Amino acid sequence: MSEQNAIQTGNEGSFLEVGRDYFKRIKSGETGSLPALLGLVILATIFALANPIFLKPINFANLLTQAATVTTLAMGLTFVLLLGEIDLSAGVTAGLSAAFLAVSMASYGVPWPFAVVISLILGMFVGFMIGLLVAKVGIPSFVVTLAVFLAFQGLQLVVVGKGGLIGIEAPPILAIMNRPMPLSFGWILLLIILVIYVLTSLISRRQRSNSGQQNKPLSLVLFKAVIILVVGGALVSFLNLERGANPAVTSLKGVPYVVPIVILLLAGGTFVLNRTKFGRHVYAVGGNAEAARRAGIRVSRVRITVFMISSTFAGIAGILLASRQASVDAAAGRSIVLSAIAAAVVGGVSLFGGRGKLTDAVIGGFVIAVIDNGLGLIGLASGLNLAITGGVLLLAATADAITSRKSKTS
Amino acid sequence: MSNQTPVIELKNVKKSFGPVEVLKDVNFTVRAGEVTALVGDNGAGKSTLIKGLAGIQSYDSGTVLFDAKPVELTSPRQSSELGIDVVYQDLALCDNLDIVHNMFLGREEVNAGVLDEGHMESKAASTLTSLSVKTVKSVRQKVAKLSGGQRQTVAIARAVLWNNKVVILDEPTAALGVAQTEQVLQLVRKLADAGKAVIIISHNLQDVFAVADRIFVLYLGKMIASLKTSETNQADVVGYITGTKSQEDGA
Ligand SMILES: Nc1ncnc2c1ncn2[C@@H]1O[C@H](COP(=O)(O)OP(=O)(O)OP(=O)(O)O)[C@@H](O)[C@H]1O
Ligand SMILES: [Mg+2]
Repeated sequence: MSEQNAIQTGNEGSFLEVGRDYFKRIKSGETGSLPALLGLVILATIFALANPIFLKPINFANLLTQAATVTTLAMGLTFVLLLGEIDLSAGVTAGLSAAFLAVSMASYGVPWPFAVVISLILGMFVGFMIGLLVAKVGIPSFVVTLAVFLAFQGLQLVVVGKGGLIGIEAPPILAIMNRPMPLSFGWILLLIILVIYVLTSLISRRQRSNSGQQNKPLSLVLFKAVIILVVGGALVSFLNLERGANPAVTSLKGVPYVVPIVILLLAGGTFVLNRTKFGRHVYAVGGNAEAARRAGIRVSRVRITVFMISSTFAGIAGILLASRQASVDAAAGRSIVLSAIAAAVVGGVSLFGGRGKLTDAVIGGFVIAVIDNGLGLIGLASGLNLAITGGVLLLAATADAITSRKSKTS
Repeated sequence: MSNQTPVIELKNVKKSFGPVEVLKDVNFTVRAGEVTALVGDNGAGKSTLIKGLAGIQSYDSGTVLFDAKPVELTSPRQSSELGIDVVYQDLALCDNLDIVHNMFLGREEVNAGVLDEGHMESKAASTLTSLSVKTVKSVRQKVAKLSGGQRQTVAIARAVLWNNKVVILDEPTAALGVAQTEQVLQLVRKLADAGKAVIIISHNLQDVFAVADRIFVLYLGKMIASLKTSETNQADVVGYITGTKSQEDGA
C-alpha cells in the first residue's frame, strides 16, 4: 500500500470502519437523502395501515408511473439547483413539449420517433434561451423562468387550440407509462444494472490503484451489489405479479416501460455529475462562482448548459405526461413544477447551490408521489394533499437552510 | 542566487483611474528563489500593481519584462500560462468541494473523458507532503471544514502544484492566529527555497522581516524604496511607508 505520508485520502479502513465513518458523518449533519428515505418508509407504513390497497401491486405500479414524471422533472431541476438557480418554467416546458408531440403526430402525421426528437429539441432550445438570458444578460433565473412560465401557458393554449384536447395514438408512446415489459425484461434489466455497477466500480478501483492510491475495501462493492440484488429482485418480483382487474380478459404484469427510462436518466446524469469535468464544474460554480471563474472555468457556459439539461429533462417529462394521460390539453404540466422542486429539496438537494445528487431527486420524487397517492387512497379532500406537500417542502427547506448555515460557520 | 536576471521586471509602469494616478512610474523587480515583500499604506497601490501582473487589470503604460522578454498581460489566462499565480486574500476556494477538487479546479485531469481521481489525489497528497504540511489530515476533507490557516495552505499548495514560476500572495496571514501565521510563513519561505519567485503583500512588518529577502515600499503610487531586508530595519521601513523618509529612486 502506498501510505507514503501521513495525509489520508478517506479510503483507509476496513469495512466496519467505513460503516462507522458513515454513521459519524450522518451524526455530524451530512444526512443527504436519509431523512427523506426514512420519511418514505414512515409514510408508506401509515398509508399501508390506513388502506390495504396501498400495498397492492396495481397501486405500486400506479405509484411508479405517478412518481416518474415528477422524478424526471426533479432530476433536471437538480442540475439548475446545484448552481443555486431555479427553473420555474420546467413544468410548462414539459407541457409545451407534450403539446408539440401531440400536435405534430395528430395534425401533421409526423412519425412518433421524429415527434419525440422534435419535442426534445424544443425543450433544449428553451433551456438555451433561458440560459442566455440568465448567464449573458444577467437577469435572475427566478424572473426569466417566471416570465417563460407565463408566456408558455399562452403559447400552449395557441398550440393546442381553445378547449382543445389532443389524443395520443402512437402505441409506443402510450406504452411508456401504461404497459408493462415482458416478465423476463425486468430480470434482464436488474442484471444489466448489477453488471454495470460492478464493472464501473472495478474500473475506478483499477484507476486508483494504478496511481498508487488506496481503495476502499472490496467488500463494500460486494455489499452494495447484494443490496441492489435484494431490493431490485424484490421490486421486479412484485411488479411481475398479476395486477389486472380482470386477468382473464387483460393480463397486466411486469415492470412498466418507464422504469428503465428513468433509471437510464438517473445513471447517465449521475455519471456526468460525478465523473466528468463538466459535472465537477457544476458543483464548483454552485459552491463559489467567483472561485470557479478565477480558476479558468467558463461560468456562463456551465450556466447555459445546465438550463439546457433541465429543459431537456422537462421535455422528457412532457412525453411521459402525454403518455400517461393519452392526451394533451392546454393546461398540461402547469402545476407539476412545484411538486418537482419540492421533490428535489425534500430529497436533499440544497436550494443554495453546490450540494445534492440525482438520487436525492428520485427519492424526493417518491416521497411526493407517495403523499399524493396515499392521501388519495385515504380519501382526504383533494386540497389537503397540496397543503401537506407544501408543508413538507417548507420542512425540507428549513432543514436545508439550517444545514447550509451550519456548514458556513463551522 | 540573487544576481541572475529577474523573473519579472516592471519599468515605468503607470495606471490611472480617471484623473487619479494610482501608479506613477513604478519600477519593480522580482527574482527567483527570493521572497519579495510589497508594503505600503492603505491605498498606496499594492493591489493595483498586483492586478496588473495577474492580468486582471492591465497597466496604462510602461514595460513588463518576463524572463527579460517584454510581455503584455491582458487576461488572467495569459498570466497563468506564463506561470504567474495569485493567491487572493479571499482565497477563492469552493467550500463544497474537497481539497483535491479545489487544488485541481479548472485543470482537472481526465482519462478517456472520465475524471482521474486517483491520479489527482496522489499528486495533491504528494504536493502537500513536499511542503511538509502536517495540519491537513485527509486530502478528501471538504474545504468548508478547514481552518483559516489550512485553507491558506490549500490555496498555496494549489499554486505550487501547477509549478508556477511566480506566486503572489495578497495578505496571506491577515486573518490568522499566531501558530497558523508561523506555518504559512514557513510555507512561503519553502516556496522561495524551491526556486520560485514569491511576492508577498503584507501590512505586518514583523512577518515581512521574518520571511522576505527584499522589501519594496509604495507610497501614494510611487515606489519610494527598494531595500534588502538584511540592510534595513523596521523603523526605517515605517518611515518610508508613512512618507517621512525617502530614498533616491531604488530598484
Ligand atoms: N477600479 C478602481 N477605480 C477607481 N479607483 C481605484 C480602483 N481600484 C483602486 N483604486 C484606487 O487606487 C488607489 C490604490 O488602491 P489599491 O487597492 O491598489 O491600494 P492598496 O495598496 O492595495 O491598499 P490596501 O492596503 O488598502 O489594500 C486607491 O486610492 C483606490 O481608491
Ligand atoms: Mg489591497
